[in-house]
Amino acid sequence: MKAEIISWTGQSVERVEDAALLTGRGRFIDDLGTRPGTLHAAILRSPHAHADILSIETETAAALPGVVAIVTGRDLAKLTTPMVAGLKIAAENWPMALERVRYVGEPVAIAVAESRYLAEDALDAIEVAYKPLKTVVDPVASMGEGAPVLHEKAGANLVSDRRFRYGEPEAAFAAAAHTISVSVAYPRNTGAPMETFGVVADYDPHEDVYDILANFQGPFSIHTVLARALKVPGNRLRLRMPPDSGGSFGVKQGVAPYAVLIGVAARIAGRPVKWIEDRLEHLGAAVAATNRVTALKAAVSAEGCISALDWDQIEDCGAYPRAPEPATLYRMHGNMTGAYDIRHVAMRNRVVLTNKAPTGLVRGFGGPQVYFALERLMQRIAVELQLDPLDVIRRNLIPAGAFPYRTATGALYDSGDYQAAVEQAVAGRLAELEQRRDAARAAGKRYGIGFAAAVEPSVSNMGYITTVLTAEERRKAGPKNGAQATATVSIDPVGSVSVHVASTPQGQGHRTVLAQVVADIFGLPHRDIRVVADLDTGKDAWSIASGNYSSRFAAAVAGAAHLAAIRLRDKLALIAADQLKAESTQIGFAGGAVFAKGNPDKTIPFGRVAALCHWAPALLPDGVDQTIRETAFWTPPQLTAPSEGDEINSSLCHGFIFDMAGVEVDPANGKARIDRYVTMHDCGRVLHPGMVEGQIRGGFAQALGATFYEELAYAEDGAFLTGTLADYLLPTATETPDIEILHIETPSPFTQLGTKGVGEGNCMSTPVCLANAVADALGVSEINLPLTPARLAALAAGPEPAQPETGRAVVPAARPGDRSLRGEGEARVAAAPAAIWAMLLDVDTLASIIPGCHGVEKLSDTHFKADVTLGVGPVKGRYKAEIKLSNLDEPRAATLTGSVSGALGTGGGSGRVTLTPDGAGGTVIGYAYEAAVGGKVAAIGGRLLDGAAKAIIGQFFAALARKASPGKPGLLARLFGRRA
Amino acid sequence: MPRLSAATRHRVGFTLNGKPVSVEAEPRLLATDALRHDIGATGTHVGCEHGVCGACTILIDGAPARACLTLAVQLEGREVTTVEGLAPAQDRLSVLQAAFRRHHALQCGFCTAGILISLDAFLREQPEPSEQELREVVGGHLCRCTGYTPIIAAAVEAAALLRRESQTIAQTIALESLDV
Repeated sequence: MKAEIISWTGQSVERVEDAALLTGRGRFIDDLGTRPGTLHAAILRSPHAHADILSIETETAAALPGVVAIVTGRDLAKLTTPMVAGLKIAAENWPMALERVRYVGEPVAIAVAESRYLAEDALDAIEVAYKPLKTVVDPVASMGEGAPVLHEKAGANLVSDRRFRYGEPEAAFAAAAHTISVSVAYPRNTGAPMETFGVVADYDPHEDVYDILANFQGPFSIHTVLARALKVPGNRLRLRMPPDSGGSFGVKQGVAPYAVLIGVAARIAGRPVKWIEDRLEHLGAAVAATNRVTALKAAVSAEGCISALDWDQIEDCGAYPRAPEPATLYRMHGNMTGAYDIRHVAMRNRVVLTNKAPTGLVRGFGGPQVYFALERLMQRIAVELQLDPLDVIRRNLIPAGAFPYRTATGALYDSGDYQAAVEQAVAGRLAELEQRRDAARAAGKRYGIGFAAAVEPSVSNMGYITTVLTAEERRKAGPKNGAQATATVSIDPVGSVSVHVASTPQGQGHRTVLAQVVADIFGLPHRDIRVVADLDTGKDAWSIASGNYSSRFAAAVAGAAHLAAIRLRDKLALIAADQLKAESTQIGFAGGAVFAKGNPDKTIPFGRVAALCHWAPALLPDGVDQTIRETAFWTPPQLTAPSEGDEINSSLCHGFIFDMAGVEVDPANGKARIDRYVTMHDCGRVLHPGMVEGQIRGGFAQALGATFYEELAYAEDGAFLTGTLADYLLPTATETPDIEILHIETPSPFTQLGTKGVGEGNCMSTPVCLANAVADALGVSEINLPLTPARLAALAAGPEPAQPETGRAVVPAARPGDRSLRGEGEARVAAAPAAIWAMLLDVDTLASIIPGCHGVEKLSDTHFKADVTLGVGPVKGRYKAEIKLSNLDEPRAATLTGSVSGALGTGGGSGRVTLTPDGAGGTVIGYAYEAAVGGKVAAIGGRLLDGAAKAIIGQFFAALARKASPGKPGLLARLFGRRA
Repeated sequence: MPRLSAATRHRVGFTLNGKPVSVEAEPRLLATDALRHDIGATGTHVGCEHGVCGACTILIDGAPARACLTLAVQLEGREVTTVEGLAPAQDRLSVLQAAFRRHHALQCGFCTAGILISLDAFLREQPEPSEQELREVVGGHLCRCTGYTPIIAAAVEAAALLRRESQTIAQTIALESLDV
């Protein structure tokens, strides 16, 4: 029968997930109903980057209507233990601060109330007294003398310092014609899924069971961390995932600490508790990729052949080394030589802690940091040795016949033909790109071409993180390796087929692809296969490697489903052979039927064979136990533990990417235009071309953001500056260019289906490809991300280096989101200066004109205290303000110095107010101010904050004007003078 | 405009996808919470609660609005359309929704409701949009999965199909009027 050849796998069928999502029938965590009586939580977070908590006053908040409980760190500590980290250090990882806060946004208390609105009201009534401490946000500075130590028990902020040596790097450097180096400060960014975190938790005190629904994504090794933190055995932590999850990109691994917090809140409240994170919480405290300082050197021949690399990496994990960190630093350990045949490697890996949010999984996971340095280095080698950059790449690529290829640091690259991929990508396209560049340059434009080659690892080895430990420490801790994938295929009493996997998809269409793969095994239409991909650890098959990370779906999970389906099919073939009186090897499955090959008369409907085990198990032939359910576990033998010499096969599969871009930079405004972008992929066999393309485009767009827009920025005092999506800028449709996607397929010999991961590669290759193009366009050697217009304009304006070794472009000093607010302006009021003067010193007048004022208290003639409510963007809060007047020059000028503090932040500043007669009986009030803000309010960022400050000051003078000349119409229209 | 007491709940009545609905709302209750948690229309999603991401976009009297920046009480007496109201029947997809499915213009689907609402409204107003115009409309939304290209492709195709559909209808009407 010909029908057998028809294969759903490999076709871009429409996704089964889509109709529900398109019609508003998705089942995301906040779309699911909760049990009657479920309470809602809101979390009070630290406005300080580093401070001792002196006291937390919760009585007022607890007494508010609808408030059921206020949970503090002390309450948490009574019921839990600190969360385990990948590092054995004395720092305690609590999901909520106990005695000290170490980053802005760290949870300090949880309010549990009848509604989210009431819970947020309660947060306003919690009074926390802090004693601010010295902060450190820079990873290099954190190791310096005099840097404040975050965790005194750990002794220092440097919590891991390991050196590695593979081959003979010293000899290679000594023998090399050239040593060429780059240094990179890779910024913090994040995946920013459109759906934030959510947790609904319940606790049964009689069985001591936590039942927690969370949009967690795995890895489920974290389940062990959670159970231990909650002080229950694993079988008393039932972790469930909703059917839909609104994106993750690694980030939803970070919901884990909130499972502990909300679990404990439910236990204390005695009722189920639900918490949905808001965007400010998410950007400030969910999960950041690590920022990393890298110095990378290469030993290079005159022809540009690299014999050795010397890596020095300083990884900033933020305030707590939260599990699975420091995994970001070790995720790429096996592939630190990228796509190149380099046999000698020296490496120093340091992990430091700073007063920033803890880090974790973000798409690319360590790859962006590594490849930015490695591929910048390739470009620098070409520039410094005056070679063609593509030739430098070509000369160092691993030869096509060398696979499986063992890298110097221990990875076993499964398959590839890097030369073919590169040549196919450049064929015709590079010549055209060069023509476009030449034409642009001839027209006086700054146009550059960039390349990047990257090996994209997928299906991580559960043992790679232990490379951070010494061989001796590993021996003590016991071996860790492998990556268990699991899938269950079951057949019901009418013979219809269901699949269950523990892959917890967040939009990747796992259900569609699994239906295709399994349908092909049974010869059924893919629409007949039903797939469930959400996980319940209380009853489903899973293991520590389960979850949606490390691009493991196509390579590991789809393969496990394939395996389970084959096992079931082979048993069904025995049943059919028995009934059709044929050899089981001659049984085929196609078109919904089971048949004997070569004998079209011998056919049985699939359902009849499939259902037999339910209805007539006595008729099962010998050797068939059951055909109701088959669960396959699959772990690849290649994923071994680190060797004594620290060699580690950190991933099972290694895809290849080669990117090429043409970028034009406008030196006047710092705008970069991507003229062309070509990305060549080898991800092994492609199961669904449409979804693979979707992964590449999505990864590219995130990489575009990382290149030009995105940074989780902190001020030097640790204030968080990018708390809204108006400050943390994601690319939109108008900034995202269309790209050309190319493929070659070298199937992986290590996976069931020949597949490899594909979702993360462009996050690794694209930022550096674009940076290389910008470097080529502007002739600069040192480039750091994000390439904001200000930074690009500064780079373009900088002196072009005559000698690359000596002439380093100056990195612009302008920080993203300077928190000081400055402004000046004037207002006209129809009253004489003396009258205005009197008003400004009068308590009652001030109380009536200060925006949002609830009352002013006069401490002396020149010292006032006020209680005000201020709203800035989405952040509205109550503050205590103190105002002092000085340098009095009655009635002409005075200096106002003020400070405000509240749960949402702190601020301070001063301004000079001048009163000048306008010649018509009125007064021109001039003012100039300079202020700085910290805490949650500062996270609003300059854009909104500046506007809000101007609006508040405007309101103040408008009210003053109204007060000074009541009933005078048209005055408002004349109020506002020049803006700063 | 009536002055509402912050301390009490007010009955707010409006039309949701053609059917009358009402909620008891404190003045501070957001339209998103009223729609999602009081009425159960959970298709409208909340991505940022500060008006940037666009996931919560709904139509109020036919005009796109950010539901997260709208109070429930502001819906009093209005015609509200959400993603649940776009398909012609429960088991069917609209032309635009079907184009999204064909082009893989969604992955996680969290932002999709808002984008569909904005495009639906825009295509009514501008049946012959340029690709750049569609980019501008989608540019008011954040999608973190797709890289936007398939969304634009779906919108371009849907616009063409809708034009053909309206031409067919126009022709049918013209023929029918000839018959008369």
